[in-house]
Amino acid sequence: MSFIDAPMTPLDEVRKSPSRLRSLLSFLRKHPQAAIGFVILMLFVFIAIFGPYFAPYGEREQVGPIFGTPSSAHPLGLDDGGIDVLSLLIYGARVTLIVGFAGAVVAMLVGGSIGIISGYFGGKIDNALMRTTDYFLVLPDLVLMIVVASIWGRSLRNIIIIIGLIYWTFMARLIRAQVKVVRERAYVKRAQALGATHTRIIFRHVIPQIAPLLLAQTVLMVALAIFLETAISFLGLGDPSVASWGKMIETAFSRSAISYGAWWAIAPPGIAVALVIMAFNMVGTAAEDSLNPRLRVSHLARRHFRLRPLPDKEPPK
Amino acid sequence: MRAGWSYVGRRAVFALITVLIAISLNFVLFRLAPGDRTSALRCQGCTQEFKQQLRIDFGLDKSVPEQYVIYLNQTLRGDFGRSFVTEQPVISELWQPIKNTLPMILLGTIISIMLGVTTGVIAAWRRNTLADKATVWGGILFYSLPTQWLALMLILYLAGPLNLPTSDIADPYLAYSNAGAWAEFVDRLKHMILPAATIGLVLFGEYTLIVRSSMLEALGEDYILTARAKGLSNWEIITQHALRNSMLPIVTLVFLSLGFIFGGTILIESVFNYPGIGLQIYESVGNRDYPMLQGAFLLLTVVIILMNFLADLLYFKLDPRVTE
Repeated sequence: MSFIDAPMTPLDEVRKSPSRLRSLLSFLRKHPQAAIGFVILMLFVFIAIFGPYFAPYGEREQVGPIFGTPSSAHPLGLDDGGIDVLSLLIYGARVTLIVGFAGAVVAMLVGGSIGIISGYFGGKIDNALMRTTDYFLVLPDLVLMIVVASIWGRSLRNIIIIIGLIYWTFMARLIRAQVKVVRERAYVKRAQALGATHTRIIFRHVIPQIAPLLLAQTVLMVALAIFLETAISFLGLGDPSVASWGKMIETAFSRSAISYGAWWAIAPPGIAVALVIMAFNMVGTAAEDSLNPRLRVSHLARRHFRLRPLPDKEPPK
Repeated sequence: MRAGWSYVGRRAVFALITVLIAISLNFVLFRLAPGDRTSALRCQGCTQEFKQQLRIDFGLDKSVPEQYVIYLNQTLRGDFGRSFVTEQPVISELWQPIKNTLPMILLGTIISIMLGVTTGVIAAWRRNTLADKATVWGGILFYSLPTQWLALMLILYLAGPLNLPTSDIADPYLAYSNAGAWAEFVDRLKHMILPAATIGLVLFGEYTLIVRSSMLEALGEDYILTARAKGLSNWEIITQHALRNSMLPIVTLVFLSLGFIFGGTILIESVFNYPGIGLQIYESVGNRDYPMLQGAFLLLTVVIILMNFLADLLYFKLDPRVTE
C-alpha cells in the first residue's frame, strides 16, 4: 500500500525545495496531534525563558501563611514555606526543561556517536560496541541512577550527565540500524570510491541522512529525561539550590502537604510534568512515525518501555 | 532443536557476562565514591593509627586489582559486607524487604495486565472509534504521570473515600489483638492495594498499545476469517483465536518491564512508607549507607537479568522461530 498508491509529486514541486519553516508547517498540518503538542511545548519554552519576568512573586519570597489556600491573589495557593505555588511553577519550568533538553542532548551525543561508529564501520567494532550496549540496556536505570547520584553528589550537572549516560543505549541501537542502511547507498559507495575520508563521509553524507531521526529520538528522550529528573529530585538527590517541578513534588510530600490536604501544592507540578511529557511524546511520535521506516512494519518496531502509537494496519474486514 | 539449544546457551552466557559486568560496575562505582570507610564522617575522632589499622582490616591498603579480586570472591560467596547503619550483614537486611515487596509487585503487575489487555482488546476491536481513541489516550495519559505524583494523588483522593491505609505494611495493633489469620491477610491486602494500583496505572498504557497492535495484526490473519466463517461469536474469536496469538509480546514485555517496576517501587514505597526493597534503597540513600546500596543494586540487577533470561527462554518455548 505504501509506495505504489502514493500520489506522484509533480516535478516542479520537487525542484522547489521547501524552506525549513515551510516544511515544519506542513509537517504540523499533516499531524494535528504534533501541532497540539508543539503549541503546548512552545508555551512551556516561553514560560521557561521569560517566566521570571512575569512571575507574580519571587521564588523564595514568603508572601502568606503556610499552605495558604488558593485565592485571587494566589491562584494556586501557597506552599509549605508560604511561597506562591504559581510562581514556583513558573520558575521551575526553566530547570526542568533545561535538565530534560540537556540530558537528551548528552544521550544523543553519546548514543549517536556510538551508533554511527558502530553502524558505519561494522565488523568487530560494531560487535564490541553493540555487546556493550546490550549489557547496559539491562541495568535497572533508576537504581543505577540513584547509586551514581548519591556517590557523585547533588548537582544539576551530575543529573544531566547521569540521564545522558543512562539513555544513550536506546539511541545507539536505533542510529546504528539506520546508519547501516545509509552506508549501503550508492552515493556513499561513490564517495568512498572517489577516496573521501571516513570523517568526510560520516559528516557530509551519513549524518545529514540520519539527522531527522536523531532529532525525533532526542525529542522523545527529553520526555524520559524530565521523568527521571522528577524521580531523582523526589528521592532527595536533586540539586538543592534550584526550584524544579520534581523538587516541588518532593517538598510538598516531605513537608506533609497531604495531611494538610493541600492539593494545590502537589497537583500543579505533576500536571505540568504530565502535560510536557505528553506534548513531547505527541511531537516525537509523529516525527518518528514519518521518519523511521522500521515503524511502518509494526512487528519490526522495538518499543522499549516507550509509547508510540502504531501506524495502523488495514482494518479487519 | 539443536539450533534451539545453542540459542538458549548463548542467552545463558549473555546473562552470566551481564551479571559479571554488573558486579564489576558496582565495584568501580563505589570506588569512585568520595572518601572510604575510614573517612571523617564514619569515623569521627579516630586517631591516625586506628584509621590505618581499619584500612588494613578492610583491605584498603592493597592495590586496586587485589581489592577487586577480594571483592569478587566475597560477592560470589554472597557476602556484601555489613550495613553502616544497623551493622548487620547486608544480605539478611535485604531479605525481609524483598519478601514484602514481591507480593505487592505481583498484584500491581496483575492489575496492569488486566487493565492493559482489556483496554487493548477494546481499542483493537473498536478500532478508530471513540472507544479506541479514549483507551489509547487514557493509557498514554497515565503513562505520562510521574509515578510518585500519581501515588500522592491516590492518597489524596482515593484513600479517604475507600477507607484504605496509606502507610506501612500492616496494622501494628492487629498482631496483638489475636484477630486471626484471615483478618491479618485482609489487612495486608488493604495496605497493598494503593501501591499496587499505582504500579498498575502507570504501567498499563504500554500494555494497551502492545495488545492493541498485536491484536490488530492477528485480526487481519486468515484464521480469523476462517473462525468467522465457522460462525463463532465475537467473544470466541477474540479470546480463543486473536488474543491467544497476540499474547506473545505481552508475556515478554511483562518480564522486561521488571526493571521499570523495581525502579518505580522505590518511588512508590517511599510515598506509601511500605517497608520493601524500594523504601530500603530510599533510606540507604538518605543514610549514605553504601554497602546496603551496593547490595540492593546488585540484587535488583541480578533479578532483572534473570528475568530477561527467563523471558528469552519463554519466548523460545512459545515461538521457536526466534533462533533463526
